[in-house]
Formats: sequence, C-alpha cells, structure tokens
Amino acid sequence: MNYHWDWMFFFQETDDGLKYYDWILSGLGWTTFVSLAALAVALILGSVLGVMRTTPNRGLVGLGDAYVDLFRNIPLIVQLFMWFFVVPELVPENIGIWMKQDLPYFVTAIVGLGLYTAARIAEQVKAGINSLSRGQRNAGLALGFTEWQTYRYVRLPMAYRIVLPALTSEAMNIFKNSAVTYAVGILELYFQYKQIIEKTSQVLEITIVVTLCYFTLAFVMNRILAFVEARTRVPGLIVGTKGSK
Amino acid sequence: MRKSLTALALCLSVAGLAAPAHAQLTGTLQKIKDSGAITIGHRESSVPFSYLDANQKPIGYAMDLCAKAVDAIKAELKLPSLQVNYQAVTSQNRIPLMQNGTIDLECGSTTNSVARQQQVGFSVAYFVTSVRMAVRKDSGVKDIGDLNGKPVVTTTGTTSDQLIKMNEKGKTIDVRNIYGKDHADSFLMVESARAAAFVMDDILLAGLIASSKNPANFEIVGPSLRDEPYAVMMRKDDAPIKAIVDKTLTGLMKSGEAEKLYAKWFMNPIPPRNVNLNFPMSAAVKAAFQNPTDKGVE
Repeated sequence: MNYHWDWMFFFQETDDGLKYYDWILSGLGWTTFVSLAALAVALILGSVLGVMRTTPNRGLVGLGDAYVDLFRNIPLIVQLFMWFFVVPELVPENIGIWMKQDLPYFVTAIVGLGLYTAARIAEQVKAGINSLSRGQRNAGLALGFTEWQTYRYVRLPMAYRIVLPALTSEAMNIFKNSAVTYAVGILELYFQYKQIIEKTSQVLEITIVVTLCYFTLAFVMNRILAFVEARTRVPGLIVGTKGSK
Repeated sequence: MRKSLTALALCLSVAGLAAPAHAQLTGTLQKIKDSGAITIGHRESSVPFSYLDANQKPIGYAMDLCAKAVDAIKAELKLPSLQVNYQAVTSQNRIPLMQNGTIDLECGSTTNSVARQQQVGFSVAYFVTSVRMAVRKDSGVKDIGDLNGKPVVTTTGTTSDQLIKMNEKGKTIDVRNIYGKDHADSFLMVESARAAAFVMDDILLAGLIASSKNPANFEIVGPSLRDEPYAVMMRKDDAPIKAIVDKTLTGLMKSGEAEKLYAKWFMNPIPPRNVNLNFPMSAAVKAAFQNPTDKGVE
C-alpha cells in the first residue's frame, strides 16, 4: 500500500488558526463533557426508575417498565433525531423556535444520551435490588423503617455494590455512544475525526490517534470505578468480588 | 505494494527481453492487464455524478465519462473482453481503497485538492462546482452580509465560516456554525428554520432543492465562495493510466460530446424519480471544458 505517512500534520496550522491537535483536544473536551453530564442524568434517572420498578406500587412499576421498554428498544441515533428534529415541531410554535434557535445543542445531546442510558441503568438497578433476599426488606420494616428507609439504608447500598461491574460497563459505553451525538451538531471527537480526514486525507494517523483517545477515556473510567469498587467492598457481604470464585 | 510492483516490473522487463514485441506497462494498466479486470469506484448518492438507480446500478455523468475512459483502456490494452467491476465508496474510504488497490479509478464527486494530491492522482476536471448558499425564500437572506449573527449550517468536512470570512474582505461578519451529519440533515436544518443558510457545492444544493417537498420555497443565493474542480481519482504518480483518462476526457470536451452528456444529466429529467436539476453550465464549467486542467484547489 503506497500510503503517504505524515505524523507531523497534527502540528500544522488549520484554516482557523488553530493546529490539528487543538481540534482533537477540543473534540476530547466535548466528548468528555457530554458523556459525564449524560452519565449523571442516567445514574439519577436510572436509579429512580430502577427503584420504582421494585416497589409494591403497581402504578409506579408500570410506569418504570413502560419507560424502559420504550427507551431500550429504539436505536440511540433515532432517539437523538427525535429530540433534535421532531420534538421542536410537535411543541407549541414559540417553544419550538426557542428550542431550535436558542437552546444549546449540547442540552439536546445530553438529554438524548442520558435518557437512553437511564433505561439500561434502571434495568441493572432493578436486577440488583431483586437479587437481595426478601428478608432484607422485612427485617428493615420490622425495625420500624419506612419503605423508603429500607431502600436508603439497607437495600440500595447492597444493590449498588452488586451491580457496580455492570454499571462500569455502562459508564464506559456512554463514552463510546457519545460519538453518535456528532449527528446532532456536537463538535466532539468523532466529528473532529471526520473533519480532519476530510481536510488532510491522513486517514491512518488520525484513526490511530482517535482510537487511542476513545480507548483511554473508557479505560480511565473503568479504572476509576474499579477503584470505587475496591474501596466500597464490604468483606463477606457480596459475591463476585474480583479475583475470587 | 511498491515492492511487488517493482518485482513485477522486473519480471516484465525480463519477459520484455525475451519478447521485445511487448509494450512496457506499469502501474494500474499492468494490474488491469494481469487480472483481466478493472474496478471502478462509484458513489451511492452523488446525484447526478455517480449514484444508484432504482435497480441499484451505478449511473451518472461521471460514470458515463468513466465508461468512455474504460473503452479507451480496452483499446489500449487490446482487451475487448475486459471485465469491469463496480465498488461503492464513500468520502471516508475512497482514498484508502484507491491506495490499497481495491479500486482502480474513482468516478464520483471528488474534489481535486492540493492536499489530496499528496495521496492520490487526478485527471483533468470534468466539472467545477461553486460553493454558495441555499436559503428559504422567506428568510430574507440574499447575500453573505445578511448572515451576521445567524446560524449557518454546513456538512461535516467543510468550513463555511472560513469561506465566508475570506469573502468578506474587511467587513466583520459573525456567523454561528452548525454542522449536519450529511447533506440531507444539513438541508433539513434550513427547512426546519434551525439554520438561516446551508453553505455547500451549488450542484449538491440544486439536487437537494429539486428533490425537496416544495422546491419553490428555496433558492441558491450569494457569490461563489470557492470554485472546486471535480475529477477522476486514480493512483498517485501513475502516468500511463492518467494519460489515457486525460486524453479521453479532453477529447470528449473538444468534440462537444461532453457537453451532450452534461445536458443529459443536468438539463433533463434523470432517474430514479425523473427530477430535472435545471442546472445550466456555469462560466467555470465552460472554462474547464475549453482549457482542460488537472490543477488542484488549495
């Protein structure tokens, strides 16, 4: 293959006065920002939904189940397009115009990515809570805890520890899924990747660099959560500790 | 690749010594002769240059021109039964596929630019596009100056803001750049009033407008921000095949044949939906036909 390798192009000036590595750094910044913000949305909403689906209240369970079914069965890119192109046309006109003209695009992206990931996290939180023995809740109630307090002090602390490995995967996925947000105007890493290919045609160098960037982001997330896992471990409490069994 | 080509060339020269009647072939022509086949890279939706018709067959203005070039290659190699394969390419993978030998000629809407000449070779230009802007007629945008403070969309891979700045010589104009994933998305942003204008190659804008729900609602306005030559892409520094392709294209332009093909694709209804682009030859295209050139855009 007679490819013209040129690793120095990263230091060339682009037509906006920045250098190509500046574009990559700016893309990295947006990827990190959108991913972490969406992860926060997903963790909060996913936990609420997960808890709802384990309560004795039929209505709450139905609501949580409906949400998860809806958001897990539609591809992420379709959901983003719904928020970006369709929703502004369905709301009253002045709100629609505000959404199109003034609402920053990253809000749409964070909402779309966050709500999509929330459905997956809800499923994991529910699984974690349901894996505990029924006696845990009963013991809490017998001690005089309210239903909410059994979640707050007994069930959730254990459930989160159980599902932390699954949540780690989800937190890594959100970085990878954030690449899709370039389709709704976010100038993140994948967007810059496409821009740089178009401008320089140095496909191999930039692909290698962007691959390493995504790997690093996901891997750092993985290490941070592995550290959290190690720090929060309660000896003898949870199965599935790393390296044993 | 290089090494094997050198080895091939060596074998050939040895063979050549044994059979001096054999002409010397190198590069892509040699590859075509050896394999008995040529692979044409085409686009799937670059209307009307290179796209798929209702039967998923690649057609278009660039494909017609390339067919003529293939005929010339057949004649040159004395291979009337040369097999022609087609391979769909995208703007992302067309250069790597050219370099690794998957495709031999790329016939689409590829701009001949100085940056790309580092990687690949180009024929003389068969079309020149001007970067202009599509607007909604009711938006009141008639010229670049009207864009101040407004969102302007372009598709990933172009920098409309730079072009606007370069053309505004001295006037300060501040646009908010937004980016669509592809041309259809960018056009939708203008249609849904997210963006005031879509800055892009005029011929692509004409195609989008022609196939939109209400073509009468849109217009292409403003000066040309930049002219870009479209050309057949081939492997870099491959003089023999470039000579054949250039000679074919130049011949068609001189004989008026290319003009007929232009009319067929740009001034008449074309498949699959029989939309007429109504896109008369611009001064830039006429100039490119009169003085064919393979000069790349900066």
